Amino acid sequence: MMRFPGLSKGAFPLIGMISMTASNTHRDSPFPHRHLLGIEGLHPHEILGLLDRAEEAVEVSRQISKRRLVLQGRTQINLFFENSTRTQSSFELAGKRLGADVMNMAVSQSSVKKGETLIDTAATLNAMHPDLLVVRHHAAGAVHLLARKVGCSVVNAGDGPHEHPTQALLDALTIRRHKGKIARLTVAICGDIAHSRVARSNIILLNALGARVRVVAPSTLLPSGIAKMGVEVFTSMKEGLAGADIVMMLRLQRERMNGAFIPSVREYYRYYGLDAEKLAYAKDDALVMHPGPMNRGVEIDASVADGAQSLIREQVEMGVAVRMAVLEALAANLPNN
Amino acid sequence: MAYDTPKPLVLSNARVIDPARGLDAPGSVIIADGTILAAGPEAANQGSPYGAEIIDCKGAIACPGLIDFCVSVGEPGAEHRETLASASQAAASGGVTTICIMPDTDPVIDDPALVDFILRRARDTAIVNVLPLAALTKGLKGEEMSEIGLLQEAGAVAFTNGHRSVKNAQVMRRMMTYARDFDALVIHHTEDPDLAGGVMNAGLNASWKGLSGVPREAEIIMLERDLRLVAMSKGKYHANLISTSDSADVIRAGKAKGLDITAGVSINHLTHNENDIGAYRTFFKMAPPLRDEDDRQAMIAAVADGTIDIICSNHDPQDVETKRHPWAEAEDGAIGLETLLAAALRLYHSEQVDLVTLLGAMTCRPADRLGLETGRLSKGAPADVTVFDPERPWVLEKSAIKSRSKNSPFEDARFSGRVLRTVVGGKTVFNYA
Repeated sequence: MMRFPGLSKGAFPLIGMISMTASNTHRDSPFPHRHLLGIEGLHPHEILGLLDRAEEAVEVSRQISKRRLVLQGRTQINLFFENSTRTQSSFELAGKRLGADVMNMAVSQSSVKKGETLIDTAATLNAMHPDLLVVRHHAAGAVHLLARKVGCSVVNAGDGPHEHPTQALLDALTIRRHKGKIARLTVAICGDIAHSRVARSNIILLNALGARVRVVAPSTLLPSGIAKMGVEVFTSMKEGLAGADIVMMLRLQRERMNGAFIPSVREYYRYYGLDAEKLAYAKDDALVMHPGPMNRGVEIDASVADGAQSLIREQVEMGVAVRMAVLEALAANLPNN
Repeated sequence: MAYDTPKPLVLSNARVIDPARGLDAPGSVIIADGTILAAGPEAANQGSPYGAEIIDCKGAIACPGLIDFCVSVGEPGAEHRETLASASQAAASGGVTTICIMPDTDPVIDDPALVDFILRRARDTAIVNVLPLAALTKGLKGEEMSEIGLLQEAGAVAFTNGHRSVKNAQVMRRMMTYARDFDALVIHHTEDPDLAGGVMNAGLNASWKGLSGVPREAEIIMLERDLRLVAMSKGKYHANLISTSDSADVIRAGKAKGLDITAGVSINHLTHNENDIGAYRTFFKMAPPLRDEDDRQAMIAAVADGTIDIICSNHDPQDVETKRHPWAEAEDGAIGLETLLAAALRLYHSEQVDLVTLLGAMTCRPADRLGLETGRLSKGAPADVTVFDPERPWVLEKSAIKSRSKNSPFEDARFSGRVLRTVVGGKTVFNYA
């Protein structure tokens, strides 16, 4: 496959390349996909390629001049059917740093309210000739449906409880930067697995890269068939966290807190909230992650969230880098290139 | 009561029945430091501990103290009907040494602080062991799950929705699933609330009486649903009060499939049928309703063959304000702590259930279901012992009822079998003089 012209022409500065060590051997792996709809279907080398690319983007983002020209002239539309702060702004920054014209559309306030179908919205947007469409939707599969109806590249920014590929990528990048690898690490994903797109994408990605994945949750928050999804299943934090390298907490949605899936916030916090006591079950150098936004005192204790083992802030930084890498990789496959 | 260690006690010259090990033999029970030192024939030849009080049982039966799986009290909220203290007095006089308290009080026992309240009140006022059952759903409304973990830590031994079924299958499924994580037993009343809209067993009898009926299917359908959910969630389940032959068949089939299920029956459904209602006598109004004689016989057979694990009193004190009404408007419920053993012995006298099986359903089997040490006369077990004469005749007089409420369907009933002594933790709490 072709290399990525914007980069091969030296769009990234030398300093970015210097920091690349043995881990960036996949930097030039081809990424033969028009869309990024999920982690499912990606080959490990493609994932590693995106991570290596993202390492460069981290360096770019840390410079005073963050502007690159890979997406110059391109139009990126962020189409969010569901409210989001960090994912949307992260994609917006990523696009802008690569030189794209970025437009945000919060659809929950516009055409959907007027009864327009998803397909109609897609057709309307398509007529505006975007190059990249970043989509978040509350229904699983909605992004796939949309991708079939538009002519541009589509990035899934979260579709219901299905997938959130860029989150899994940024998590992997964060882990790799701290642990130097993903393979053979024990990663415990804790909390509302059943309703989490983050969990699904992470389970696929971490397994693809050879990690041992565990899920820890009350049975009511585990999807059926979870034991066959490539994970070890635990209902006790003590057992699930024992010997873990990474503790990945998930957000508990407010509507699930009172009686339907768990009895109460205080009971959930007592048995599944990550506090110093439970974190002590994991390895001493275990790292804590959370996709945000956090509910302190529900799934995570403030002292842990803001503590020395927490990577939660860093995840946000990696989010921009990973999204730059994804947009760049997809742009390389756009027509007229 | 737990503060002073009672002096050693020897129950000699007894017929010792310990259903946990299938024992029925002459012997003694030796008690010291509140626990069983020895019981059975081997104990008869042992010396007595120093300073022991020696009781000659004169051939009466000594068995583990009874565990009543389903007892309602009025504390908190309706202390005029029953307190923990009065219920415990009633229990002791009936040979019951452990009572499992239903959470359908006011307020409902759905908060760890209330479990703690029950335990503290019991410690201070009750003369038998009190084990709180906590609400399965908040307020027993059948909508939101209660805090199984925190309630269990506070001391709740199992979870139940009281005398109401959880109608919503999704809620029940999630409850069973969540409870499994805590290895918690779910005790369920199986009556579909829509089908069970009537006031007595559906059928000819109800029709002649002009009363709306509760079809047997109300129970069977709910039970069948529950067992599907048990299979799905792999939870631990007890059908609290079954009353029909079909229910027994459902339980039998469920056990054959390997489900972790048990079933209970109230003493009323083993000793009464719908004909006992007579002239609209509301002390016979209960849920599930008294069924016909065929169902009663099926219940007895299910106890005899072990399909039904547990016999409980379903003690439910109601006062005149709630019972002295036209049948349809009267509350359900009958007291039964004081008559549980005596009434159960009717099945022994009618030669339908042997004594070891009968007593097992009120001692070791409820104990096993709740994981209790009591309910057996093994060395080291808590010294909860009941001594009774299975033949001694007596009549239940209303004035002698110790329960604060007098709504016994056994009023003026003749019994063969009298509790003579009840020992809790090595201390005699009832002595029939």
